[in-house]
Amino acid sequence: MRREIPLLIVFVFGIFMMFQYFVPHRVSSDIYQELNNWTIIIGIFTMVIGIGSLLSVHYSRIRFKEDGWWYSIVTIVAMVGMALVGLIGGVNNDLFLNLYRFGLAPVTSTMFALLAFFIASAAYRAFRARTVLSTLLLLAAVVVMLGRVPVGEFLTNGLPEPLRLSKISEFLLYVPNTAAKRAIYIGVGLGVAAVSLKIILGIERTWLGGDGGK
Amino acid sequence: MVDQATLANVFWFTLAAYLTLSIFSFLYKDNPFYRLAEHLIVGLSAGYWIAILWHTSLKDLWLYPLVDNSVALFSGDFRAVEIWRLSLNVIPGVLGLFMFLRFFPKIGWLSRWPIAFYLAISAGVSLPLYLQSFTVEQMRASMIPLTGNPWEIFCNLIVIAGTICGLAYFYFSMEHKGLVGGMAKFGVWVLMIGFGSTFGYTVMSRISLLIGRFRFLIDWCTLVVNYFK
Repeated sequence: MRREIPLLIVFVFGIFMMFQYFVPHRVSSDIYQELNNWTIIIGIFTMVIGIGSLLSVHYSRIRFKEDGWWYSIVTIVAMVGMALVGLIGGVNNDLFLNLYRFGLAPVTSTMFALLAFFIASAAYRAFRARTVLSTLLLLAAVVVMLGRVPVGEFLTNGLPEPLRLSKISEFLLYVPNTAAKRAIYIGVGLGVAAVSLKIILGIERTWLGGDGGK
Repeated sequence: MVDQATLANVFWFTLAAYLTLSIFSFLYKDNPFYRLAEHLIVGLSAGYWIAILWHTSLKDLWLYPLVDNSVALFSGDFRAVEIWRLSLNVIPGVLGLFMFLRFFPKIGWLSRWPIAFYLAISAGVSLPLYLQSFTVEQMRASMIPLTGNPWEIFCNLIVIAGTICGLAYFYFSMEHKGLVGGMAKFGVWVLMIGFGSTFGYTVMSRISLLIGRFRFLIDWCTLVVNYFK
Protein backbone atom coordinates (compact mmCIF):
# COMPACT_ATOMS: atom_id res chain seq x y z
CA MET A 1 0.00 0.00 0.00
CA ARG A 2 2.74 2.46 0.97
CA ARG A 3 4.86 1.62 -2.05
CA GLU A 4 2.49 -0.05 -4.47
CA ILE A 5 0.01 2.80 -4.93
CA PRO A 6 2.69 5.46 -5.65
CA LEU A 7 4.40 3.06 -8.08
CA LEU A 8 1.05 2.39 -9.78
CA ILE A 9 0.35 6.14 -10.05
CA VAL A 10 3.76 6.67 -11.66
CA PHE A 11 3.24 3.79 -14.07
CA VAL A 12 -0.31 4.65 -15.19
CA PHE A 13 0.12 8.42 -15.58
CA GLY A 14 3.67 8.08 -16.93
CA ILE A 15 2.62 5.64 -19.66
CA PHE A 16 -0.39 7.82 -20.52
CA MET A 17 1.69 11.00 -20.81
CA MET A 18 4.27 9.16 -22.88
CA PHE A 19 1.77 7.86 -25.42
CA GLN A 20 -0.45 10.92 -25.60
CA TYR A 21 2.50 12.68 -27.31
CA PHE A 22 1.80 10.49 -30.35
CA VAL A 23 -2.00 10.91 -30.32
CA PRO A 24 -3.02 14.16 -32.03
CA HIS A 25 -6.66 13.96 -30.86
CA ARG A 26 -8.61 16.63 -28.98
CA VAL A 27 -9.54 14.28 -26.11
CA SER A 28 -5.90 13.33 -25.64
CA SER A 29 -4.73 16.95 -25.64
CA ASP A 30 -7.57 17.96 -23.26
CA ILE A 31 -6.56 15.29 -20.75
CA TYR A 32 -2.92 16.32 -21.17
CA GLN A 33 -3.86 19.94 -20.43
CA GLU A 34 -5.93 18.97 -17.38
CA LEU A 35 -3.13 16.81 -15.96
CA ASN A 36 -0.64 19.58 -16.59
CA ASN A 37 -2.88 21.97 -14.65
CA TRP A 38 -2.95 19.50 -11.78
CA THR A 39 0.85 19.49 -11.65
CA ILE A 40 0.81 23.31 -11.51
CA ILE A 41 -1.70 23.23 -8.63
CA ILE A 42 0.28 20.58 -6.72
CA GLY A 43 3.43 22.63 -7.39
CA ILE A 44 1.80 25.65 -5.77
CA PHE A 45 0.99 23.58 -2.68
CA THR A 46 4.66 22.61 -2.46
CA MET A 47 5.52 26.29 -2.70
CA VAL A 48 3.33 26.89 0.36
CA ILE A 49 5.54 24.40 2.21
CA GLY A 50 8.62 26.29 0.99
CA ILE A 51 7.26 29.63 2.15
CA GLY A 52 6.27 28.08 5.49
CA SER A 53 9.81 26.81 5.84
CA LEU A 54 11.29 30.24 4.98
CA LEU A 55 9.03 31.90 7.56
CA SER A 56 9.84 29.33 10.23
CA VAL A 57 13.63 29.68 9.70
CA HIS A 58 13.50 33.47 9.94
CA TYR A 59 11.01 33.43 12.82
CA SER A 60 13.29 31.21 14.88
CA ARG A 61 16.27 33.49 14.07
CA ILE A 62 14.30 36.46 15.40
CA ARG A 63 12.97 34.55 18.41
CA PHE A 64 16.37 33.38 19.58
CA LYS A 65 18.05 36.69 18.63
CA GLU A 66 20.64 34.91 16.48
CA ASP A 67 23.48 36.82 14.81
CA GLY A 68 22.00 39.28 12.27
CA TRP A 69 18.45 38.52 13.42
CA TRP A 70 17.16 41.89 12.29
CA TYR A 71 17.87 40.98 8.65
CA SER A 72 15.22 38.28 9.10
CA ILE A 73 12.69 41.01 9.95
CA VAL A 74 13.56 42.66 6.63
CA THR A 75 12.97 39.37 4.77
CA ILE A 76 9.61 38.68 6.43
CA VAL A 77 8.37 42.28 6.04
CA ALA A 78 9.47 42.37 2.38
CA MET A 79 7.79 39.04 1.63
CA VAL A 80 4.51 39.84 3.36
CA GLY A 81 4.47 43.37 1.94
CA MET A 82 5.19 42.33 -1.65
CA ALA A 83 2.67 39.48 -1.43
CA LEU A 84 -0.07 41.72 -0.01
CA VAL A 85 0.52 44.43 -2.62
CA GLY A 86 0.26 41.81 -5.38
CA LEU A 87 -2.65 39.88 -3.89
CA ILE A 88 -4.78 42.93 -3.09
CA GLY A 89 -3.89 45.28 -5.92
CA GLY A 90 -3.23 42.70 -8.62
CA VAL A 91 -0.02 42.09 -10.53
CA ASN A 92 -0.52 45.10 -12.80
CA ASN A 93 -0.79 47.77 -10.11
CA ASP A 94 1.89 50.48 -10.14
CA LEU A 95 3.33 49.75 -6.70
CA PHE A 96 3.80 46.06 -7.46
CA LEU A 97 5.37 46.81 -10.85
CA ASN A 98 7.67 49.46 -9.34
CA LEU A 99 8.77 47.11 -6.57
CA TYR A 100 9.65 44.61 -9.28
CA ARG A 101 11.31 47.12 -11.62
CA PHE A 102 13.28 49.05 -8.97
CA GLY A 103 13.67 46.39 -6.26
CA LEU A 104 13.86 42.90 -7.65
CA ALA A 105 15.14 43.48 -11.21
CA PRO A 106 18.18 45.68 -10.41
CA VAL A 107 19.41 43.36 -7.66
CA THR A 108 19.09 40.18 -9.74
CA SER A 109 20.87 41.75 -12.71
CA THR A 110 23.57 43.24 -10.44
CA MET A 111 24.07 39.81 -8.86
CA PHE A 112 24.65 38.33 -12.32
CA ALA A 113 26.89 41.26 -13.27
CA LEU A 114 28.90 40.62 -10.11
CA LEU A 115 29.54 37.11 -11.39
CA ALA A 116 31.74 38.65 -14.12
CA PHE A 117 34.34 39.42 -11.43
CA PHE A 118 34.08 36.03 -9.75
CA ILE A 119 34.18 34.16 -13.07
CA ALA A 120 37.33 36.10 -13.95
CA SER A 121 39.05 35.17 -10.69
CA ALA A 122 37.90 31.53 -10.97
CA ALA A 123 39.17 31.44 -14.55
CA TYR A 124 42.59 32.71 -13.46
CA ARG A 125 42.88 29.80 -11.04
CA ALA A 126 41.33 27.13 -13.26
CA PHE A 127 42.67 27.98 -16.70
CA ARG A 128 46.39 28.04 -16.09
CA ALA A 129 47.77 26.33 -19.15
CA ARG A 130 49.20 23.19 -17.57
CA THR A 131 47.97 20.59 -20.06
CA VAL A 132 47.06 20.60 -23.75
CA LEU A 133 43.36 20.41 -22.89
CA SER A 134 43.40 23.33 -20.44
CA THR A 135 45.43 25.34 -22.98
CA LEU A 136 42.73 24.66 -25.61
CA LEU A 137 40.06 25.77 -23.15
CA LEU A 138 42.01 28.92 -22.26
CA LEU A 139 42.74 29.85 -25.89
CA ALA A 140 39.12 29.33 -27.00
CA ALA A 141 37.83 31.45 -24.09
CA VAL A 142 40.34 34.27 -24.70
CA VAL A 143 39.69 34.34 -28.46
CA VAL A 144 35.89 34.43 -27.97
CA MET A 145 36.15 37.17 -25.32
CA LEU A 146 38.50 39.33 -27.39
CA GLY A 147 36.66 38.61 -30.62
CA ARG A 148 33.44 40.10 -29.31
CA VAL A 149 34.81 43.48 -28.22
CA PRO A 150 36.18 46.39 -30.29
CA VAL A 151 39.69 45.98 -28.87
CA GLY A 152 39.90 42.52 -30.45
CA GLU A 153 38.96 43.95 -33.82
CA PHE A 154 41.47 46.78 -33.32
CA LEU A 155 44.31 44.39 -32.43
CA THR A 156 43.90 42.25 -35.54
CA ASN A 157 42.73 44.91 -37.96
CA GLY A 158 45.85 44.62 -40.14
CA LEU A 159 45.52 40.85 -40.66
CA PRO A 160 43.60 39.19 -43.52
CA GLU A 161 39.87 38.88 -42.68
CA PRO A 162 39.81 35.12 -41.87
CA LEU A 163 42.59 35.61 -39.32
CA ARG A 164 40.89 38.43 -37.42
CA LEU A 165 39.78 37.62 -33.87
CA SER A 166 36.13 38.37 -34.61
CA LYS A 167 36.13 35.80 -37.45
CA ILE A 168 37.99 33.16 -35.42
CA SER A 169 35.61 33.76 -32.52
CA GLU A 170 32.65 33.31 -34.88
CA PHE A 171 34.19 30.07 -36.21
CA LEU A 172 34.75 28.72 -32.68
CA LEU A 173 31.19 29.53 -31.62
CA TYR A 174 29.50 28.14 -34.72
CA VAL A 175 31.65 25.11 -35.57
CA PRO A 176 33.48 23.31 -32.71
CA ASN A 177 31.07 24.71 -30.12
CA THR A 178 28.09 23.42 -32.13
CA ALA A 179 29.71 19.98 -32.43
CA ALA A 180 30.44 19.86 -28.67
CA LYS A 181 26.92 20.97 -27.76
CA ARG A 182 25.35 18.46 -30.14
CA ALA A 183 27.32 15.60 -28.61
CA ILE A 184 26.23 16.74 -25.13
CA TYR A 185 22.58 17.26 -26.16
CA ILE A 186 22.36 13.81 -27.76
CA GLY A 187 23.73 12.33 -24.54
CA VAL A 188 21.33 14.42 -22.41
CA GLY A 189 18.36 13.29 -24.52
CA LEU A 190 19.28 9.62 -24.15
CA GLY A 191 20.00 10.07 -20.43
CA VAL A 192 16.67 11.79 -19.70
CA ALA A 193 14.80 9.11 -21.69
CA ALA A 194 16.56 6.32 -19.78
CA VAL A 195 15.93 7.88 -16.36
CA SER A 196 12.28 8.64 -17.23
CA LEU A 197 11.73 5.05 -18.34
CA LYS A 198 13.35 3.76 -15.15
CA ILE A 199 11.03 5.94 -13.05
CA ILE A 200 7.90 4.96 -15.00
CA LEU A 201 8.72 1.25 -14.82
CA GLY A 202 9.48 1.46 -11.09
CA ILE A 203 13.16 0.49 -11.45
CA GLU A 204 14.28 3.84 -10.03
CA ARG A 205 12.66 4.14 -6.58
CA THR A 206 14.91 6.48 -4.62
CA TRP A 207 12.16 9.14 -4.75
CA LEU A 208 10.09 6.93 -2.41
CA GLY A 209 12.55 7.62 0.39
CA GLY A 210 15.98 6.48 1.53
CA ASP A 211 14.89 2.86 2.03
CA GLY A 212 12.99 2.68 -1.26
CA GLY A 213 9.75 3.38 0.57
CA LYS A 214 9.59 0.27 2.77
CA MET B 1 16.81 56.76 -21.75
CA VAL B 2 16.30 58.72 -18.52
CA ASP B 3 12.74 58.90 -17.12
CA GLN B 4 11.00 62.18 -16.32
CA ALA B 5 12.54 63.89 -13.28
CA THR B 6 9.58 63.63 -10.87
CA LEU B 7 9.84 63.05 -7.12
CA ALA B 8 8.40 59.53 -7.49
CA ASN B 9 10.95 58.65 -10.20
CA VAL B 10 13.79 60.08 -8.11
CA PHE B 11 12.64 57.94 -5.16
CA TRP B 12 12.38 54.68 -7.15
CA PHE B 13 15.63 55.24 -9.08
CA THR B 14 17.43 56.08 -5.83
CA LEU B 15 16.14 52.89 -4.23
CA ALA B 16 17.36 50.85 -7.22
CA ALA B 17 20.72 52.66 -7.21
CA TYR B 18 21.11 52.06 -3.46
CA LEU B 19 20.40 48.34 -3.94
CA THR B 20 22.77 48.15 -6.94
CA LEU B 21 25.60 49.80 -4.99
CA SER B 22 24.86 47.60 -1.96
CA ILE B 23 25.30 44.48 -4.07
CA PHE B 24 28.51 45.85 -5.65
CA SER B 25 29.85 46.55 -2.14
CA PHE B 26 30.33 42.77 -1.78
CA LEU B 27 33.35 43.11 -4.07
CA TYR B 28 35.13 44.71 -1.11
CA LYS B 29 33.86 42.24 1.50
CA ASP B 30 30.67 40.97 3.15
CA ASN B 31 29.03 43.97 4.84
CA PRO B 32 25.68 45.08 6.35
CA PHE B 33 24.59 46.90 3.15
CA TYR B 34 25.02 43.75 1.08
CA ARG B 35 23.31 41.56 3.67
CA LEU B 36 20.37 43.96 3.92
CA ALA B 37 19.93 43.98 0.11
CA GLU B 38 20.30 40.20 0.01
CA HIS B 39 17.62 39.61 2.67
CA LEU B 40 15.35 42.22 1.14
CA ILE B 41 15.52 40.49 -2.21
CA VAL B 42 14.81 37.04 -0.75
CA GLY B 43 11.64 38.47 0.79
CA LEU B 44 10.60 40.48 -2.27
CA SER B 45 11.21 37.51 -4.54
CA ALA B 46 9.11 35.14 -2.40
CA GLY B 47 6.32 37.73 -2.15
CA TYR B 48 6.48 38.34 -5.90
CA TRP B 49 6.01 34.66 -6.71
CA ILE B 50 3.17 34.30 -4.19
CA ALA B 51 1.26 37.07 -5.97
CA ILE B 52 2.14 35.90 -9.49
CA LEU B 53 1.18 32.27 -8.86
CA TRP B 54 -2.02 33.30 -7.11
CA HIS B 55 -3.16 35.47 -10.00
CA THR B 56 -1.88 33.45 -12.94
CA SER B 57 -2.50 29.89 -11.77
CA LEU B 58 -4.11 29.09 -8.46
CA LYS B 59 -7.05 31.50 -8.66
CA ASP B 60 -8.28 30.72 -12.18
CA LEU B 61 -7.14 27.14 -12.52
CA TRP B 62 -8.30 25.84 -9.19
CA LEU B 63 -9.78 28.03 -6.48
CA TYR B 64 -12.49 30.02 -8.29
CA PRO B 65 -13.98 27.08 -10.24
CA LEU B 66 -13.88 25.00 -7.04
CA VAL B 67 -15.50 27.69 -4.89
CA ASP B 68 -18.13 28.61 -7.52
CA ASN B 69 -19.17 24.98 -8.00
CA SER B 70 -19.12 24.22 -4.28
CA VAL B 71 -21.28 27.29 -3.50
CA ALA B 72 -23.76 26.26 -6.23
CA LEU B 73 -23.83 22.68 -4.95
CA PHE B 74 -24.44 23.60 -1.33
CA SER B 75 -26.98 26.31 -2.13
CA GLY B 76 -29.07 23.76 -4.07
CA ASP B 77 -28.57 25.43 -7.46
CA PHE B 78 -27.78 22.11 -9.15
CA ARG B 79 -28.18 23.44 -12.70
CA ALA B 80 -25.20 25.76 -12.15
CA VAL B 81 -23.01 22.95 -10.86
CA GLU B 82 -20.43 21.59 -13.27
CA ILE B 83 -20.02 18.32 -11.44
CA TRP B 84 -17.26 17.12 -13.80
CA ARG B 85 -15.29 20.34 -13.27
CA LEU B 86 -15.83 20.14 -9.51
CA SER B 87 -14.54 16.56 -9.34
CA LEU B 88 -11.54 17.41 -11.48
CA ASN B 89 -10.67 20.32 -9.18
CA VAL B 90 -10.99 18.31 -6.00
CA ILE B 91 -8.31 15.78 -7.01
CA PRO B 92 -5.29 18.14 -7.32
CA GLY B 93 -6.48 19.94 -4.18
CA VAL B 94 -6.51 16.69 -2.21
CA LEU B 95 -3.13 15.66 -3.69
CA GLY B 96 -1.73 19.09 -2.83
CA LEU B 97 -2.98 18.80 0.75
CA PHE B 98 -1.37 15.35 0.96
CA MET B 99 1.99 17.12 0.61
CA PHE B 100 1.47 18.57 4.09
CA LEU B 101 1.11 15.08 5.55
CA ARG B 102 4.93 14.89 5.55
CA PHE B 103 4.72 16.70 8.88
CA PHE B 104 2.72 13.83 10.44
CA PRO B 105 5.05 10.81 10.70
CA LYS B 106 2.27 8.20 11.00
CA ILE B 107 0.58 9.14 7.72
CA GLY B 108 3.60 10.83 6.12
CA TRP B 109 3.76 8.09 3.46
CA LEU B 110 0.63 9.57 1.84
CA SER B 111 2.76 12.52 0.71
CA ARG B 112 4.32 10.11 -1.81
CA TRP B 113 1.11 10.17 -3.86
CA PRO B 114 1.42 13.76 -5.10
CA ILE B 115 5.17 13.24 -5.59
CA ALA B 116 4.39 10.11 -7.63
CA PHE B 117 1.87 12.02 -9.72
CA TYR B 118 4.29 14.89 -10.30
CA LEU B 119 7.09 12.49 -11.27
CA ALA B 120 4.78 10.53 -13.58
CA ILE B 121 3.75 13.63 -15.50
CA SER B 122 7.34 14.95 -15.69
CA ALA B 123 8.81 11.61 -16.75
CA GLY B 124 6.00 10.85 -19.21
CA VAL B 125 6.28 14.27 -20.85
CA SER B 126 10.10 14.34 -20.83
CA LEU B 127 10.68 10.95 -22.41
CA PRO B 128 9.34 11.59 -25.94
CA LEU B 129 10.04 15.32 -25.78
CA TYR B 130 13.74 15.02 -24.92
CA LEU B 131 14.25 12.12 -27.32
CA GLN B 132 12.69 14.21 -30.07
CA SER B 133 14.27 17.60 -29.45
CA PHE B 134 17.60 16.63 -27.89
CA THR B 135 18.46 13.41 -29.68
CA VAL B 136 16.55 13.01 -32.96
CA GLU B 137 16.63 16.70 -33.92
CA GLN B 138 20.32 17.07 -33.06
CA MET B 139 21.15 13.98 -35.10
CA ARG B 140 19.06 15.28 -37.98
CA ALA B 141 20.83 18.67 -37.77
CA SER B 142 24.21 16.89 -37.92
CA MET B 143 23.34 15.12 -41.18
CA ILE B 144 24.51 18.01 -43.32
CA PRO B 145 25.60 17.84 -46.96
CA LEU B 146 29.32 18.09 -47.70
CA THR B 147 28.82 20.50 -50.58
CA GLY B 148 29.53 24.17 -51.27
CA ASN B 149 32.88 25.93 -51.14
CA PRO B 150 35.88 24.21 -49.48
CA TRP B 151 35.52 26.28 -46.30
CA GLU B 152 31.88 25.25 -45.84
CA ILE B 153 32.78 21.60 -46.46
CA PHE B 154 35.60 21.88 -43.89
CA CYS B 155 33.27 23.45 -41.28
CA ASN B 156 30.56 20.83 -41.87
CA LEU B 157 33.16 18.06 -41.59
CA ILE B 158 34.33 19.45 -38.24
CA VAL B 159 30.72 19.57 -37.00
CA ILE B 160 30.02 15.96 -38.08
CA ALA B 161 33.36 14.56 -36.87
CA GLY B 162 33.21 16.64 -33.66
CA THR B 163 29.72 15.39 -32.81
CA ILE B 164 30.56 11.72 -33.46
CA CYS B 165 33.90 11.93 -31.64
CA GLY B 166 32.35 13.87 -28.76
CA LEU B 167 29.83 11.04 -28.37
CA ALA B 168 32.69 8.53 -28.53
CA TYR B 169 34.29 10.28 -25.54
CA PHE B 170 31.08 9.69 -23.52
CA TYR B 171 30.85 6.06 -24.64
CA PHE B 172 32.16 4.02 -21.73
CA SER B 173 31.02 0.55 -22.82
CA MET B 174 34.29 0.11 -24.74
CA GLU B 175 37.81 0.81 -23.60
CA HIS B 176 39.17 4.02 -25.11
CA LYS B 177 41.89 2.32 -27.16
CA GLY B 178 42.68 2.14 -30.86
CA LEU B 179 40.09 3.77 -33.14
CA VAL B 180 37.67 4.52 -30.28
CA GLY B 181 40.55 5.96 -28.26
CA GLY B 182 41.59 8.24 -31.12
CA MET B 183 38.01 9.37 -31.66
CA ALA B 184 37.58 10.02 -27.93
CA LYS B 185 40.80 12.06 -27.92
CA PHE B 186 39.63 14.24 -30.81
CA GLY B 187 36.20 14.40 -29.12
CA VAL B 188 37.62 15.76 -25.88
CA TRP B 189 39.55 18.42 -27.82
CA VAL B 190 36.34 19.54 -29.50
CA LEU B 191 34.55 19.50 -26.13
CA MET B 192 37.29 21.62 -24.52
CA ILE B 193 37.15 24.18 -27.35
CA GLY B 194 33.35 24.18 -26.99
CA PHE B 195 33.54 24.69 -23.21
CA GLY B 196 36.11 27.47 -23.65
CA SER B 197 33.93 29.27 -26.22
CA THR B 198 30.85 28.92 -24.02
CA PHE B 199 32.82 30.23 -21.06
CA GLY B 200 34.07 33.23 -23.04
CA TYR B 201 30.58 33.93 -24.31
CA THR B 202 29.12 33.73 -20.77
CA VAL B 203 31.77 36.11 -19.42
CA MET B 204 30.94 38.59 -22.18
CA SER B 205 27.21 38.39 -21.38
CA ARG B 206 27.97 39.09 -17.72
CA ILE B 207 30.19 42.01 -18.76
CA SER B 208 27.34 43.45 -20.82
CA LEU B 209 25.08 43.15 -17.75
CA LEU B 210 27.76 44.98 -15.76
CA ILE B 211 27.87 47.75 -18.36
CA GLY B 212 24.06 47.90 -18.15
CA ARG B 213 24.24 48.44 -14.38
CA PHE B 214 26.83 51.22 -14.78
CA ARG B 215 24.64 52.86 -17.42
CA PHE B 216 21.75 52.68 -14.96
CA LEU B 217 23.84 54.43 -12.30
CA ILE B 218 24.72 57.18 -14.81
CA ASP B 219 20.99 57.51 -15.65
CA TRP B 220 20.22 57.79 -11.95
CA CYS B 221 22.81 60.55 -11.47
CA THR B 222 21.38 62.42 -14.48
CA LEU B 223 17.84 62.09 -13.11
CA VAL B 224 18.80 63.38 -9.67
CA VAL B 225 20.79 66.30 -11.15
CA ASN B 226 17.85 67.18 -13.45
CA TYR B 227 15.43 67.09 -10.51
CA PHE B 228 17.47 69.44 -8.34
CA LYS B 229 18.50 71.75 -11.18
